[in-house]
Amino acid sequence: MKRGMIDFWVGLFAVAGAVALLFLAIKVSSQSTLPAASTYSVSANFENIGGLKVRAPVKSAGVVVGRVTGIELDPNLYVAKVTLALDSRYHFSRDSSAQILTSGLLGEQYIGLEPGADDKNLEPGGRIAITSSAVVLEQLISRFLFSKAETAGEQTPTEHAQ
Amino acid sequence: MNNNGLVKLFARLGAPLTDRLIKLGFACRFFVSILRHSPTSLLRFQLTMREIWFAGVLSVLIIAVSGLFVGMVLALQGYETLVRFGSSSALGILVSLSLVRELGPVVGALLFASRAGSAITAEIGLMKATEQLAAMEMMAVNPIARVVAPKFWGGVLSMPLLAAMFSAMGIFGGYLIGVQLLGLDPGSFWSQMQSSVDFRGDVLNGVIKSVFFGVAISLIAVFEGYDAPPTAEGVSRATTRTVVTSALVVLALDFVLTAFMFTGM
Repeated sequence: MKRGMIDFWVGLFAVAGAVALLFLAIKVSSQSTLPAASTYSVSANFENIGGLKVRAPVKSAGVVVGRVTGIELDPNLYVAKVTLALDSRYHFSRDSSAQILTSGLLGEQYIGLEPGADDKNLEPGGRIAITSSAVVLEQLISRFLFSKAETAGEQTPTEHAQ
Repeated sequence: MNNNGLVKLFARLGAPLTDRLIKLGFACRFFVSILRHSPTSLLRFQLTMREIWFAGVLSVLIIAVSGLFVGMVLALQGYETLVRFGSSSALGILVSLSLVRELGPVVGALLFASRAGSAITAEIGLMKATEQLAAMEMMAVNPIARVVAPKFWGGVLSMPLLAAMFSAMGIFGGYLIGVQLLGLDPGSFWSQMQSSVDFRGDVLNGVIKSVFFGVAISLIAVFEGYDAPPTAEGVSRATTRTVVTSALVVLALDFVLTAFMFTGM
Protein backbone atom coordinates (compact mmCIF):
# COMPACT_ATOMS: atom_id res chain seq x y z
CA MET A 1 0.00 0.00 0.00
CA LYS A 2 1.44 3.33 -1.04
CA ARG A 3 1.70 6.09 1.52
CA GLY A 4 -0.70 8.40 -0.32
CA MET A 5 -3.31 5.68 -0.50
CA ILE A 6 -3.01 5.00 3.25
CA ASP A 7 -3.52 8.69 3.95
CA PHE A 8 -6.54 8.73 1.67
CA TRP A 9 -8.20 5.75 3.33
CA VAL A 10 -7.42 6.93 6.86
CA GLY A 11 -8.87 10.30 5.97
CA LEU A 12 -11.98 8.65 4.60
CA PHE A 13 -12.18 6.51 7.75
CA ALA A 14 -11.99 9.59 9.99
CA VAL A 15 -14.69 11.31 7.93
CA ALA A 16 -16.92 8.23 8.11
CA GLY A 17 -16.45 8.07 11.88
CA ALA A 18 -17.24 11.76 12.22
CA VAL A 19 -20.34 11.34 10.06
CA ALA A 20 -21.49 8.41 12.22
CA LEU A 21 -21.03 10.51 15.38
CA LEU A 22 -22.81 13.45 13.79
CA PHE A 23 -25.68 11.16 12.80
CA LEU A 24 -25.92 9.94 16.41
CA ALA A 25 -25.79 13.53 17.65
CA ILE A 26 -28.29 15.11 15.29
CA LYS A 27 -30.67 12.46 14.07
CA VAL A 28 -30.71 10.04 17.02
CA SER A 29 -30.32 12.12 20.16
CA SER A 30 -31.20 15.52 21.49
CA GLN A 31 -29.70 17.83 24.05
CA SER A 32 -32.41 17.56 26.63
CA THR A 33 -30.49 19.11 29.49
CA LEU A 34 -30.68 22.87 29.45
CA PRO A 35 -27.36 24.70 29.77
CA ALA A 36 -26.86 25.80 33.35
CA ALA A 37 -26.20 29.43 32.47
CA SER A 38 -29.64 30.19 31.10
CA THR A 39 -31.73 28.87 33.97
CA TYR A 40 -32.89 30.13 37.35
CA SER A 41 -33.93 27.88 40.17
CA VAL A 42 -37.04 27.95 42.29
CA SER A 43 -38.25 25.46 44.86
CA ALA A 44 -41.58 23.94 45.72
CA ASN A 45 -42.72 21.81 48.65
CA PHE A 46 -44.89 18.81 48.01
CA GLU A 47 -46.57 16.55 50.55
CA ASN A 48 -45.91 13.57 48.32
CA ILE A 49 -43.92 13.43 45.11
CA GLY A 50 -44.95 9.91 44.09
CA GLY A 51 -42.50 8.67 41.50
CA LEU A 52 -41.02 12.01 40.49
CA LYS A 53 -37.35 11.74 39.51
CA VAL A 54 -34.47 14.17 39.18
CA ARG A 55 -34.28 15.49 35.56
CA ALA A 56 -38.03 15.08 35.10
CA PRO A 57 -39.45 17.83 32.88
CA VAL A 58 -41.30 20.90 34.12
CA LYS A 59 -44.09 21.81 31.72
CA SER A 60 -46.38 24.76 31.39
CA ALA A 61 -49.25 24.42 28.93
CA GLY A 62 -47.49 21.27 27.72
CA VAL A 63 -44.27 23.07 26.80
CA VAL A 64 -41.08 21.97 28.56
CA VAL A 65 -39.85 25.04 30.46
CA GLY A 66 -37.37 23.44 32.85
CA ARG A 67 -36.10 20.39 34.69
CA VAL A 68 -36.20 19.00 38.21
CA THR A 69 -32.68 19.40 39.57
CA GLY A 70 -33.01 18.20 43.14
CA ILE A 71 -35.35 16.32 45.44
CA GLU A 72 -34.87 16.15 49.20
CA LEU A 73 -36.86 15.75 52.37
CA ASP A 74 -37.28 18.88 54.47
CA PRO A 75 -36.29 17.62 57.93
CA ASN A 76 -38.46 20.14 59.80
CA LEU A 77 -41.70 20.03 57.87
CA TYR A 78 -41.44 16.42 56.61
CA VAL A 79 -42.37 17.45 53.09
CA ALA A 80 -40.46 16.88 49.88
CA LYS A 81 -38.51 19.93 48.75
CA VAL A 82 -38.16 19.89 44.97
CA THR A 83 -35.75 22.26 43.23
CA LEU A 84 -36.60 23.27 39.68
CA ALA A 85 -34.32 24.85 37.10
CA LEU A 86 -36.52 27.00 34.85
CA ASP A 87 -35.51 28.42 31.49
CA SER A 88 -34.67 32.10 32.01
CA ARG A 89 -36.70 33.04 28.93
CA TYR A 90 -39.88 32.22 30.83
CA HIS A 91 -41.17 34.08 33.86
CA PHE A 92 -44.03 33.01 36.07
CA SER A 93 -46.09 35.07 38.44
CA ARG A 94 -45.55 34.70 42.18
CA ASP A 95 -48.83 32.88 42.77
CA SER A 96 -48.23 30.22 40.14
CA SER A 97 -49.16 26.73 41.23
CA ALA A 98 -47.24 23.49 40.68
CA GLN A 99 -48.72 20.04 40.52
CA ILE A 100 -47.24 16.64 39.86
CA LEU A 101 -48.86 15.02 36.85
CA THR A 102 -48.41 11.80 34.92
CA SER A 103 -48.12 11.70 31.16
CA GLY A 104 -50.45 8.97 30.01
CA LEU A 105 -51.61 6.13 32.22
CA LEU A 106 -48.20 4.56 32.82
CA GLY A 107 -45.96 7.39 31.66
CA GLU A 108 -43.29 9.33 33.50
CA GLN A 109 -44.23 11.93 36.10
CA TYR A 110 -43.59 15.60 35.50
CA ILE A 111 -44.37 18.93 37.13
CA GLY A 112 -47.07 21.07 35.61
CA LEU A 113 -46.88 24.82 36.24
CA GLU A 114 -50.16 26.72 36.24
CA PRO A 115 -49.58 30.48 35.89
CA GLY A 116 -51.28 32.76 38.38
CA ALA A 117 -52.56 36.34 38.19
CA ASP A 118 -50.10 38.22 40.42
CA ASP A 119 -48.18 40.92 38.52
CA LYS A 120 -44.97 40.20 40.47
CA ASN A 121 -42.86 37.36 39.07
CA LEU A 122 -41.09 34.50 40.82
CA GLU A 123 -37.57 35.57 41.76
CA PRO A 124 -34.60 33.21 41.33
CA GLY A 125 -34.44 31.17 44.53
CA GLY A 126 -38.10 31.81 45.21
CA ARG A 127 -40.66 29.28 46.34
CA ILE A 128 -43.86 28.17 44.66
CA ALA A 129 -46.40 28.25 47.50
CA ILE A 130 -49.40 26.56 45.93
CA THR A 131 -48.68 22.93 45.18
CA SER A 132 -50.65 19.74 44.86
CA SER A 133 -49.14 16.33 45.41
CA ALA A 134 -48.84 13.39 43.13
CA VAL A 135 -51.77 11.05 42.94
CA VAL A 136 -50.82 7.81 44.64
CA LEU A 137 -52.91 4.96 43.32
CA GLU A 138 -53.08 3.10 46.65
CA GLN A 139 -54.42 6.17 48.48
CA LEU A 140 -56.93 6.74 45.72
CA ILE A 141 -58.20 3.17 45.96
CA SER A 142 -58.35 3.18 49.77
CA ARG A 143 -60.21 6.50 49.77
CA PHE A 144 -62.67 5.08 47.28
CA LEU A 145 -63.15 1.92 49.37
CA PHE A 146 -63.67 3.90 52.59
CA SER A 147 -66.25 6.15 50.99
CA LYS A 148 -67.99 3.07 49.62
CA ALA A 149 -68.02 1.53 53.09
CA GLU A 150 -69.43 4.72 54.57
CA THR A 151 -72.31 4.95 52.13
CA ALA A 152 -73.00 1.24 52.65
CA GLY A 153 -72.97 1.80 56.43
CA GLU A 154 -75.55 4.59 56.21
CA GLN A 155 -78.05 2.28 54.61
CA THR A 156 -77.86 -0.39 57.34
CA PRO A 157 -80.76 -0.51 59.85
CA THR A 158 -78.51 0.16 62.87
CA GLU A 159 -77.58 3.49 61.37
CA HIS A 160 -81.25 4.34 60.93
CA ALA A 161 -81.97 3.53 64.56
CA GLN A 162 -79.51 6.18 65.73
CA MET B 1 11.76 -33.49 55.41
CA ASN B 2 8.02 -33.23 55.87
CA ASN B 3 8.41 -29.51 56.20
CA ASN B 4 10.21 -29.42 52.86
CA GLY B 5 7.28 -31.24 51.17
CA LEU B 6 4.86 -28.71 52.58
CA VAL B 7 6.92 -25.83 51.25
CA LYS B 8 6.95 -27.44 47.81
CA LEU B 9 3.17 -27.88 47.93
CA PHE B 10 2.63 -24.23 48.76
CA ALA B 11 5.10 -23.19 46.10
CA ARG B 12 3.23 -25.22 43.51
CA LEU B 13 -0.12 -23.74 44.63
CA GLY B 14 1.22 -20.24 44.58
CA ALA B 15 3.15 -20.47 41.32
CA PRO B 16 0.22 -19.67 38.95
CA LEU B 17 -0.72 -16.68 41.10
CA THR B 18 2.80 -15.27 41.24
CA ASP B 19 3.22 -15.90 37.50
CA ARG B 20 0.07 -13.87 36.79
CA LEU B 21 1.11 -11.13 39.18
CA ILE B 22 4.53 -10.91 37.55
CA LYS B 23 2.84 -10.69 34.15
CA LEU B 24 0.44 -8.01 35.36
CA GLY B 25 3.29 -6.03 36.86
CA PHE B 26 5.23 -6.28 33.60
CA ALA B 27 2.12 -5.17 31.69
CA CYS B 28 1.82 -2.07 33.91
CA ARG B 29 5.50 -1.24 33.39
CA PHE B 30 5.03 -1.82 29.67
CA PHE B 31 2.01 0.54 29.61
CA VAL B 32 4.01 3.26 31.33
CA SER B 33 6.87 2.87 28.87
CA ILE B 34 4.43 3.06 25.93
CA LEU B 35 3.05 6.30 27.35
CA ARG B 36 6.58 7.63 27.84
CA HIS B 37 7.51 6.90 24.24
CA SER B 38 4.19 8.12 22.84
CA PRO B 39 5.14 11.77 22.26
CA THR B 40 8.13 10.87 20.08
CA SER B 41 6.16 8.33 18.07
CA LEU B 42 3.07 10.53 17.75
CA LEU B 43 5.27 13.29 16.32
CA ARG B 44 5.98 10.93 13.42
CA PHE B 45 2.27 10.56 12.80
CA GLN B 46 2.85 8.68 9.55
CA LEU B 47 3.59 5.52 11.57
CA THR B 48 0.35 5.81 13.54
CA MET B 49 -1.49 6.60 10.31
CA ARG B 50 -0.42 3.25 8.88
CA GLU B 51 -1.68 1.49 12.03
CA ILE B 52 -5.03 3.31 11.90
CA TRP B 53 -5.33 2.08 8.34
CA PHE B 54 -4.41 -1.43 9.42
CA ALA B 55 -6.58 -1.63 12.57
CA GLY B 56 -9.36 0.81 11.73
CA VAL B 57 -9.95 1.09 8.01
CA LEU B 58 -9.68 -2.63 7.38
CA SER B 59 -12.19 -3.32 10.19
CA VAL B 60 -14.84 -0.97 8.78
CA LEU B 61 -16.47 -3.60 6.57
CA ILE B 62 -16.97 -6.22 9.30
CA ILE B 63 -18.09 -3.54 11.78
CA ALA B 64 -20.58 -2.01 9.35
CA VAL B 65 -22.07 -5.31 8.22
CA SER B 66 -22.32 -6.70 11.77
CA GLY B 67 -23.86 -3.45 12.99
CA LEU B 68 -26.45 -3.56 10.24
CA PHE B 69 -27.44 -7.13 11.07
CA VAL B 70 -27.46 -6.57 14.83
CA GLY B 71 -29.75 -3.57 14.35
CA MET B 72 -32.08 -5.54 12.07
CA VAL B 73 -32.30 -8.45 14.54
CA LEU B 74 -32.94 -6.03 17.41
CA ALA B 75 -35.76 -4.43 15.46
CA LEU B 76 -37.37 -7.79 14.61
CA GLN B 77 -37.11 -9.14 18.15
CA GLY B 78 -38.08 -5.87 19.79
CA TYR B 79 -41.12 -5.52 17.56
CA GLU B 80 -42.34 -9.00 18.57
CA THR B 81 -42.29 -7.98 22.23
CA LEU B 82 -43.46 -4.37 21.92
CA VAL B 83 -46.42 -5.12 19.69
CA ARG B 84 -47.95 -7.17 22.54
CA PHE B 85 -48.16 -4.03 24.65
CA GLY B 86 -49.34 -1.92 21.77
CA SER B 87 -46.27 0.24 21.96
CA SER B 88 -44.51 -0.71 18.75
CA SER B 89 -43.81 2.97 18.10
CA ALA B 90 -41.20 2.76 20.87
CA LEU B 91 -39.13 0.44 18.66
CA GLY B 92 -36.81 3.29 17.70
CA ILE B 93 -36.06 3.97 21.37
CA LEU B 94 -35.33 0.32 22.06
CA VAL B 95 -33.01 -0.09 19.07
CA SER B 96 -31.14 3.18 19.51
CA LEU B 97 -30.70 3.02 23.29
CA SER B 98 -29.46 -0.56 23.31
CA LEU B 99 -27.07 0.14 20.42
CA VAL B 100 -25.73 3.48 21.60
CA ARG B 101 -25.34 2.51 25.24
CA GLU B 102 -24.25 -1.12 25.07
CA LEU B 103 -24.08 -3.02 21.82
CA GLY B 104 -22.20 -0.46 19.76
CA PRO B 105 -19.25 -0.14 22.14
CA VAL B 106 -19.26 -3.76 23.39
CA VAL B 107 -19.91 -5.80 20.26
CA GLY B 108 -17.78 -3.33 18.29
CA ALA B 109 -14.96 -3.92 20.78
CA LEU B 110 -15.31 -7.70 20.62
CA LEU B 111 -15.18 -7.61 16.82
CA PHE B 112 -12.26 -5.21 16.94
CA ALA B 113 -10.38 -7.50 19.34
CA SER B 114 -10.79 -10.51 17.09
CA ARG B 115 -10.21 -8.65 13.83
CA ALA B 116 -7.44 -6.19 14.71
CA GLY B 117 -6.17 -7.20 18.16
CA SER B 118 -5.20 -10.68 17.06
CA ALA B 119 -3.40 -9.29 14.00
CA ILE B 120 -1.44 -6.80 16.13
CA THR B 121 -0.36 -9.58 18.51
CA ALA B 122 0.66 -11.88 15.67
CA GLU B 123 2.65 -9.15 13.95
CA ILE B 124 4.59 -8.07 17.04
CA GLY B 125 5.05 -11.69 18.15
CA LEU B 126 6.48 -12.66 14.76
CA MET B 127 8.72 -9.59 14.72
CA LYS B 128 10.04 -10.75 18.05
CA ALA B 129 10.39 -14.39 16.91
CA THR B 130 12.33 -13.38 13.82
CA GLU B 131 14.48 -11.08 16.00
CA GLN B 132 13.46 -7.92 14.18
CA LEU B 133 12.85 -6.17 17.50
CA ALA B 134 16.34 -7.18 18.70
CA ALA B 135 17.80 -5.93 15.42
CA MET B 136 16.12 -2.56 15.93
CA GLU B 137 17.63 -2.26 19.35
CA MET B 138 21.02 -3.04 17.83
CA MET B 139 20.51 -0.08 15.52
CA ALA B 140 19.62 2.12 18.52
CA VAL B 141 15.98 2.29 17.39
CA ASN B 142 13.64 1.82 20.32
CA PRO B 143 11.13 -0.86 19.29
CA ILE B 144 8.53 0.48 21.72
CA ALA B 145 8.64 3.93 20.15
CA ARG B 146 8.95 2.62 16.57
CA VAL B 147 6.57 -0.39 16.57
CA VAL B 148 4.54 -0.76 19.77
CA ALA B 149 3.37 2.79 20.50
CA PRO B 150 2.04 3.48 16.96
CA LYS B 151 0.09 0.21 17.03
CA PHE B 152 -1.28 1.08 20.46
CA TRP B 153 -2.42 4.55 19.40
CA GLY B 154 -3.75 3.27 16.10
CA GLY B 155 -6.08 0.96 18.03
CA VAL B 156 -7.04 3.58 20.61
CA LEU B 157 -7.94 6.16 17.95
CA SER B 158 -9.82 3.70 15.74
CA MET B 159 -12.05 2.13 18.39
CA PRO B 160 -14.44 5.06 19.16
CA LEU B 161 -14.93 5.74 15.44
CA LEU B 162 -15.68 2.08 14.78
CA ALA B 163 -18.12 1.93 17.70
CA ALA B 164 -19.93 5.03 16.42
CA MET B 165 -20.15 3.46 12.95
CA PHE B 166 -21.50 0.25 14.48
CA SER B 167 -24.24 2.15 16.32
CA ALA B 168 -25.11 4.28 13.30
CA MET B 169 -25.32 1.26 11.00
CA GLY B 170 -27.36 -0.63 13.60
CA ILE B 171 -29.88 2.19 13.89
CA PHE B 172 -30.08 2.32 10.11
CA GLY B 173 -30.73 -1.45 10.11
CA GLY B 174 -33.43 -0.96 12.73
CA TYR B 175 -34.96 1.73 10.53
CA LEU B 176 -34.92 -0.60 7.52
CA ILE B 177 -36.74 -3.36 9.40
CA GLY B 178 -39.02 -1.19 11.54
CA VAL B 179 -40.14 1.34 8.95
CA GLN B 180 -39.57 -0.31 5.59
CA LEU B 181 -40.50 -3.89 6.44
CA LEU B 182 -42.88 -3.72 9.42
CA GLY B 183 -44.50 -0.48 8.29
CA LEU B 184 -44.06 1.68 11.39
CA ASP B 185 -44.50 5.39 10.96
CA PRO B 186 -41.09 6.92 10.18
CA GLY B 187 -41.97 10.20 11.90
CA SER B 188 -42.77 8.63 15.25
CA PHE B 189 -39.81 6.22 14.87
CA TRP B 190 -37.31 9.08 14.63
CA SER B 191 -39.00 11.59 16.93
CA GLN B 192 -39.54 9.14 19.80
CA MET B 193 -35.91 8.10 19.43
CA GLN B 194 -34.76 11.69 19.48
CA SER B 195 -36.81 12.65 22.49
CA SER B 196 -35.56 9.84 24.70
CA VAL B 197 -31.90 9.51 23.67
CA ASP B 198 -29.80 12.13 25.39
CA PHE B 199 -26.63 13.23 23.64
CA ARG B 200 -24.54 13.68 26.77
CA GLY B 201 -26.04 10.91 28.85
CA ASP B 202 -26.23 8.20 26.21
CA VAL B 203 -24.16 8.93 23.10
CA LEU B 204 -21.16 10.50 24.81
CA ASN B 205 -21.11 7.83 27.52
CA GLY B 206 -21.05 5.21 24.78
CA VAL B 207 -18.10 6.96 23.17
CA ILE B 208 -16.30 7.14 26.53
CA LYS B 209 -16.89 3.42 26.97
CA SER B 210 -15.39 2.66 23.58
CA VAL B 211 -12.31 4.76 24.39
CA PHE B 212 -11.76 2.62 27.50
CA PHE B 213 -12.24 -0.54 25.45
CA GLY B 214 -9.84 0.73 22.80
CA VAL B 215 -7.12 1.33 25.40
CA ALA B 216 -7.72 -2.08 27.01
CA ILE B 217 -7.73 -4.07 23.76
CA SER B 218 -4.75 -2.27 22.23
CA LEU B 219 -2.71 -2.66 25.40
CA ILE B 220 -3.55 -6.37 25.68
CA ALA B 221 -2.78 -6.93 22.00
CA VAL B 222 0.63 -5.21 21.96
CA PHE B 223 1.56 -6.65 25.34
CA GLU B 224 0.72 -10.25 24.41
CA GLY B 225 2.71 -9.86 21.21
CA TYR B 226 5.69 -8.35 23.01
CA ASP B 227 5.54 -10.97 25.77
CA ALA B 228 5.03 -13.99 23.46
CA PRO B 229 7.65 -16.75 23.53
CA PRO B 230 9.61 -16.42 20.25
CA THR B 231 8.32 -19.67 18.75
CA ALA B 232 5.55 -20.54 16.32
CA GLU B 233 3.57 -22.10 19.14
CA GLY B 234 4.22 -19.16 21.42
CA VAL B 235 2.89 -16.67 18.86
CA SER B 236 -0.21 -18.73 18.18
CA ARG B 237 -0.94 -19.03 21.90
CA ALA B 238 -0.41 -15.31 22.39
CA THR B 239 -2.88 -14.56 19.59
CA THR B 240 -5.51 -16.75 21.22
CA ARG B 241 -4.83 -15.18 24.59
CA THR B 242 -5.31 -11.70 23.14
CA VAL B 243 -8.81 -12.51 21.91
CA VAL B 244 -9.85 -14.35 25.09
CA THR B 245 -8.38 -11.81 27.51
CA SER B 246 -9.72 -8.80 25.61
CA ALA B 247 -13.21 -10.31 25.48
CA LEU B 248 -13.21 -10.92 29.22
CA VAL B 249 -11.70 -7.54 30.04
CA VAL B 250 -14.16 -5.72 27.76
CA LEU B 251 -17.17 -7.40 29.36
CA ALA B 252 -15.92 -6.86 32.91
CA LEU B 253 -14.96 -3.25 32.17
CA ASP B 254 -18.37 -2.73 30.58
CA PHE B 255 -20.07 -3.80 33.81
CA VAL B 256 -17.96 -1.40 35.86
CA LEU B 257 -18.46 1.53 33.47
CA THR B 258 -22.21 0.88 33.19
CA ALA B 259 -22.49 0.79 36.96
CA PHE B 260 -20.76 4.17 37.09
CA MET B 261 -22.62 5.82 34.22
CA PHE B 262 -26.19 4.62 34.20
CA THR B 263 -27.15 4.06 37.82
CA GLY B 264 -28.03 6.50 40.55
CA MET B 265 -29.72 8.94 38.21
